[in-house]
Order: sequence, then C-alpha cells, then structure tokens
Amino acid sequence: MSRRRVIPGFGLSLGFTIVYLSLLILIPLAALFIKAAGVGWREWISLLGNERVLAAAKLTFGASGCAAAVSTVTGLLVTWVLVRYRFPGRRLMDAMIDLPFALPTAVAGITLTAIYAPNGWIGSHLEKLGIKAAYSPIGVFLALTFIGFPFVVRTVQPVLEDFTRETEEAAATLGAGRWTVFRKVVFPALVPALVTGFALAFARAIGEYGSVIFISGNLPYKTEILPLLIVSQLEEFNVPAASVIASGMLIVSFLLLFGINLLQRRLNVTAS
Amino acid sequence: MSISIQSIHKTFGNYKALDDVSLEVPNGSLTALLGPSGSGKTTLLRIVAGLESADDGPGRILFHGENVVGIPAGKRQVGFVFQHYALFRHMTVAQNIAFGLTVLPWGKRPPRREIAARVDELLGLVKLDGLGRRRPHELSGGQRQRVALARALAIRPKVLLLDEPFGALDAQVRKDLRRWLRHFHDEIGLTTLFVTHDQEEALELADQVVVMRNSRIEQVGPPQRIYDHPRTPFVYEFLGNVNKLTLRDGGTRYVRPHEIEVKFAAEYDPDFDRLAEVQHLFSAGPVAALSVRTEPGEFIEVEISRKQLDELALSVGDQVALSFPPDPTDPEGDWTGDGAAPTAAANDHAVEWNI
Repeated sequence: MSRRRVIPGFGLSLGFTIVYLSLLILIPLAALFIKAAGVGWREWISLLGNERVLAAAKLTFGASGCAAAVSTVTGLLVTWVLVRYRFPGRRLMDAMIDLPFALPTAVAGITLTAIYAPNGWIGSHLEKLGIKAAYSPIGVFLALTFIGFPFVVRTVQPVLEDFTRETEEAAATLGAGRWTVFRKVVFPALVPALVTGFALAFARAIGEYGSVIFISGNLPYKTEILPLLIVSQLEEFNVPAASVIASGMLIVSFLLLFGINLLQRRLNVTAS
Repeated sequence: MSISIQSIHKTFGNYKALDDVSLEVPNGSLTALLGPSGSGKTTLLRIVAGLESADDGPGRILFHGENVVGIPAGKRQVGFVFQHYALFRHMTVAQNIAFGLTVLPWGKRPPRREIAARVDELLGLVKLDGLGRRRPHELSGGQRQRVALARALAIRPKVLLLDEPFGALDAQVRKDLRRWLRHFHDEIGLTTLFVTHDQEEALELADQVVVMRNSRIEQVGPPQRIYDHPRTPFVYEFLGNVNKLTLRDGGTRYVRPHEIEVKFAAEYDPDFDRLAEVQHLFSAGPVAALSVRTEPGEFIEVEISRKQLDELALSVGDQVALSFPPDPTDPEGDWTGDGAAPTAAANDHAVEWNI
C-alpha cells in the first residue's frame, strides 16, 4: 500500500524528530501544564488575576513589544549601513552585532546598569534631565533592546544582500526618486524579513531574565518582570504558583507568536 | 529621437571601461551594441540611460540635439530593460507596468482610470492580455521580459535601451522574442539601442550594428556590410566562422567557409589556387562542411552546397583545388562603415601573388 518516496528515510527522520521534540519540548511543557492544572481552575484564574502578576505581565509584554519594535527600526538601519556601504571597520562592526548573542546576559545587565545608573556615565546625564533610566521600566526596555537587536539584523541582512541593484535602478529610470524607491520598492521586499526579526526579538525579550534583573531593580508592581516573579515564587517553594504563572505566560506567548506567524505567511504569499 | 554620443570616457578605478567612444544612433533605428564581455557595451548603455556617469571632460550625450549629461536617469525619459527583468516582485503585473505613472508627482499623475486604461493597452501591446493580476513569479521568462518592456514603455520613453534582453531566456523563446521585438520595433518606431554578445542576434535584429572591443568601437554599419566587409581581424573573427590563412609573403588573411570555391584537383591553377586534401566530411543538413588540409599543413573549413558535393563526388582522402575570393577587409576604408565597398580590383593583385 505504501507509496515509495523519492527521498528515503522519511520514517526514520520523522520518528527522530518526534522523539527529539517530545523529550526536549513537549514533555517538559506538558509537565508544566500538569503541575499548573493541579491547583484547579478557580485558583489558576485568581492567581493569574493577581495584581502583582498582572503588573509584571504588562511590563514584560509591553517592554518586550516596544523593545522589539525599536530593534526592528534600528536593526533595519544598521543592516542598511552594513550591506550598502563599504567603510573601514565594516567587518569589525558586522562581527560586533553578534556579541549580545554570545555575552552572558548577566554581564550585559551589570554593564548596562553601571552605565545607566544615576551615578553612571549616561545615567547621571539623564538624571539631570529628570529621566530615571536604571531601576525603572526604561531600564527593562533598554536591556531588552540590547538582546533583541541582533535578531533583526541577522534576519534582514541576507534578504537585503540578495536584493538586486537592478530593481532599484529600474525604479529610478521610471522616474522614482530615492525616497520613493525605498518606500515602494525596497521596503516592501524587506517586510517579511522584518516581521520575522521582530518576532524573534520579541520572543527572546519575553523570556529574558539575566540582563533585566540587574537593571530593573525588581520592585513589585513597578519593575518586576514575569520570569523574575516565577523565580521568586520558586525560591519560596511555591511551585504551583510558579507553574501557573509560567503556563499563563506560555499561552499568551504562543498566541502572539502564532499570530505573527500567520501574518508572515500572508506576507510571504504576496512577496515571494 | 536620435542619440548622439560624443567622445565619452569612463574609468572604474584603474580600469578604462570606455575610451573615447563616439556613436550616432539615428532616429527610429534599432541599433545593436555587439561585443564580448568586458568590451564596454553595457557601460555605454548605462551611461546613455544615466545609471552611470561618464568621466568629466568634453564628452557629451545628445538626445535629439539636447545634452543630457548631468540629468538623472529618472528625468531622461528612457525606457530601460534589464537582462534579469528586475521586476518588482511584491507587485502584480499591472502594478509593475503602472509604476512609472504612479510615481509621477501629484500634478502630473494621471487619474486612476487613465492609468488602468494605459496598463490594459500596454498589456495588449506585449500580448499579455488578461495577465495583469498575476505576479511576476507566476510568469515564464519570456512573459516576464515582456512585462519589463511594457513597464519601460508606460512612461512613453524617448528612447528604449535594452541590456542583453534575451540573455536569460532559452534558445527557442529567445528566437521567438527576437522576431517579435523586430516587428514590434517596426510598428512603434521607437529609437532602440540594445546590448548583446550574440552576433547572430545582432545581425538578425539590428539596422545598425556597433562592434565593440576593449572599451572602443571597432566598426559601425548595417549588418550585411559589417559581415561582408569587416574592418579588422577582430570583427572578422567575431562575426561568424572564419578561416585564417597564411599568405605566401608571410601575411595573413581571413576567408569565410562558404566563400571558398572547391574544384577538381585537375583544375588546379598554380597562380591562384591551393591544393588540399579532404580530411573530414560532414553532410547532414542543407550545406556540407569539409575540413581540408592544404600543402603547408593548414586546416581550412569549407562549406559547399549538397548539390556541389554530389557533383564533385568527394570522399575523405581526395585531392581538391581551392580558390579564394578577393580579400574584403579594407584597412584603408572608412571605419564607420559608411564609405564605399572596397574595390575588387585593388585586391585581385594580392590574391594572385599571395595565395
């Protein structure tokens, strides 16, 4: 009955994929949900509706969204400079983009705090302007921008490199000015990659812990993020509460990323 | 609209891409820039379009007498078609074609309905009726190239510039599209300049062929003239098959395979002919190709009709006499190809004493 496939090994590779995904992703996640389900529906909802949890969720998702959005814009700019211009130090700059990937996030957090703290290099100047960078939501946002930025650059870069000069030249001979060429020809071609970059930066920011806890100050209701709340619950041996928060966070993250994925698919259909 | 290119130079770093190039493209003509890669033909086309700027100097480019040097590409009203189409992938075919009209400034932009009508008209012109809602990736290569052409024509260009327009297409489509373009050009009569490295394409399509080599123009003229009277050995070798003969005085001359006359060895005339031995015979097709070896050991390719082959009843190993036409290269002639054909009398002498 079974039809022969052109590429052999389908059974083996699919089997491996399922086992691998199960062991590393599905089983741990299922365990998390089982643990969370142990508390019962009512408890689950009231725990998630807790004001401290809601405040942390708002900060986590809000700051992550803002940081990813800003990273998308600055990432596009940096990519443009890296791909389109030749200047001394370009390769070095290109290599530096990846540093936030490699640097332990705690190191990044401590460094950012030192700089943006009220007595730090930049923080002291901001203080004079009445802006409190470290130990405030702005600090959280700064840390998340730092770690999310490379994702945008690395997803947009290959697409921009592939984009032929000829297409822009064609638009130019048809009478389009430089800004029109960017707006109507180049930018639409980059949108799918930008959305992917945004999604990656956003997902990374939601789960970020190490860099944020140093700069945020961790004040309940004010600068506390969800991952930190989970850890603090665990430290108090309140495992059910921790798993409930984690499960809620997972559901929201999944829905958001799923939505972005749908949007991406749509964009890819029109842009491919 | 005529194009006049006057002593244009272009250097990229240390590399001289164009070296004092001058060319007249008459109004309504279809002119081919022909040459091997690196000869400067594409650079010249891009300078005419305004996509590249010539070196500073006295060089000028005139569109119908008006200097366009310094005017940006978008304001020159040129239709440019790229080898790889360069269509906007995220737009439909209709949006691609309409692009040049939709980016016009507010005051000059035609109303939507007018743009749509113009797009329909252009789709009809390039024989793509009803495909306006498709996207470029849903079309074949030949169709994409016609979309690119329609897009270029939408802005009612004064001249049409095509950079290797058939280079990315397969042989059959290329041939069809080439004929179609010739008809199309005859219908709309737009001054057209196109780049190609394919001599057959240039000779078949163009009214005027410009042969380029090493950043310079080697010869300009109508296809037949260039083919029959190449000015330099390079042009001779570049356009079609050719034999290079060593003359008795040590010089060389070129002769095309079909120009050589094959006779029985008994008819050998020592003053004019050469004796040769048939080495190889290829007779599948309308013409028979012979490979022969002459006395000094030179190999020569000869083409004769099938009928003549039968009359001569040749087979491998036979002796034949070859006689050659006068040398058509004319080093003294007008190199733009406008001068008179070289006189046969002047060359007969050379044939008699040298061959």
